[in-house]
Amino acid sequence: MNLVLIFIAAAITNNFVLTYFLGICPFLGVSRKIESALGMGFATTFVMTLAAVITWLINHFLLIRFNLPFLEYVSFILVIASLVQIVEMFIHKTSPDLYRALGIYLPLITTNCAILGLALFASLREYGFIESVIFGFAAGVGFTLALVIMGGIREELEFADLPEPLKGAGITLIIAGMLALAFMGFSGLISS
Amino acid sequence: MRTFYGDFIKGIWRENPVFVILLGMCPALAVTTKAIFGLSMGCAVIFVLTSSSLIVSLFRKFIPTQVRIATYTMIIATFVTIADYFLKARFPAISKALGPYVPLIVVNCIILGRAEAFASKHTPVRAVCDALGMGLGFTLALVILASVRELFGSGSIFGVQLLGAWHRPWVIMILPAGAFITLGLLVGIFNLFKRKG
Repeated sequence: MNLVLIFIAAAITNNFVLTYFLGICPFLGVSRKIESALGMGFATTFVMTLAAVITWLINHFLLIRFNLPFLEYVSFILVIASLVQIVEMFIHKTSPDLYRALGIYLPLITTNCAILGLALFASLREYGFIESVIFGFAAGVGFTLALVIMGGIREELEFADLPEPLKGAGITLIIAGMLALAFMGFSGLISS
Repeated sequence: MRTFYGDFIKGIWRENPVFVILLGMCPALAVTTKAIFGLSMGCAVIFVLTSSSLIVSLFRKFIPTQVRIATYTMIIATFVTIADYFLKARFPAISKALGPYVPLIVVNCIILGRAEAFASKHTPVRAVCDALGMGLGFTLALVILASVRELFGSGSIFGVQLLGAWHRPWVIMILPAGAFITLGLLVGIFNLFKRKG
């Protein structure tokens, strides 16, 4: 039950993009088309789940055991950067089709603050191993959801008559605000 | 002298990181519920940005190109740890309110962006001028955004009550939705001025 709650909270009610403002850069940058939004979303979900596993292991078997909490940020970011690199090489070797689909989005993920944010949140809330993995996967699903919805809206927006200064980033941020309001409506799911 | 001034001033207005280049959006949106949080976050970013730009620029001839991004990230992460521990020790209340957004400065695109685009190609003095300008521009944007949200959300700026009892707080300004909408409108206003000027 607890795991279901963690999933729903991370994916919907406390959506990473719309509530914690993590991963805003790709959210604004890669949400012009549904297709690219989906690609970015899948790649991120994949890396997020892996990152949740690895950072939990590092945190528990190295940092906590040897009492090195001040190395947390340095080690997490190093692990995430190398993880993305390894995943990229691995997919390139094993599945060229998947590589072509995710290709350009993979390197971009290193600088996605949602990944580091996920690792920090998991360590801050002292999640166990299974909880961390569920949390990572759910955060990825939530990210994908927000990105795809935004992509759909922006495709329609191409034909809208907007005031000149708001075109581009301005209107995207305002729509994100409305989406955040809509997602707030789901918060009743948890409190009951 | 003029180049130094030019390096410094462009970050504040013409290339403002938040309103124009749209970098560093996560902290800009997340911590701006009160003006004081925006200011603290801005100061932390100025410190990290200036110190890491200085170090990157000093060592620019020794860092191998292949591993430069990883090296920059390590330098940045070290200064972020210093800033985080300093805030925790001296300003525990603010540190608690900013939460994980202080460690998240590590992945703030402004800092890596300036290291890659400017500090790694210029002398230390110019790199520091550029970093100070960008940092101040970022802080300015955060304080403006936070002041607007605090004014409408709780009727005060920097904790000083400005609006009387007639003002009913707009709860939306404190919520995430308010952050997105306010920043969207501010970017629009900024564009309007820029086209005229």
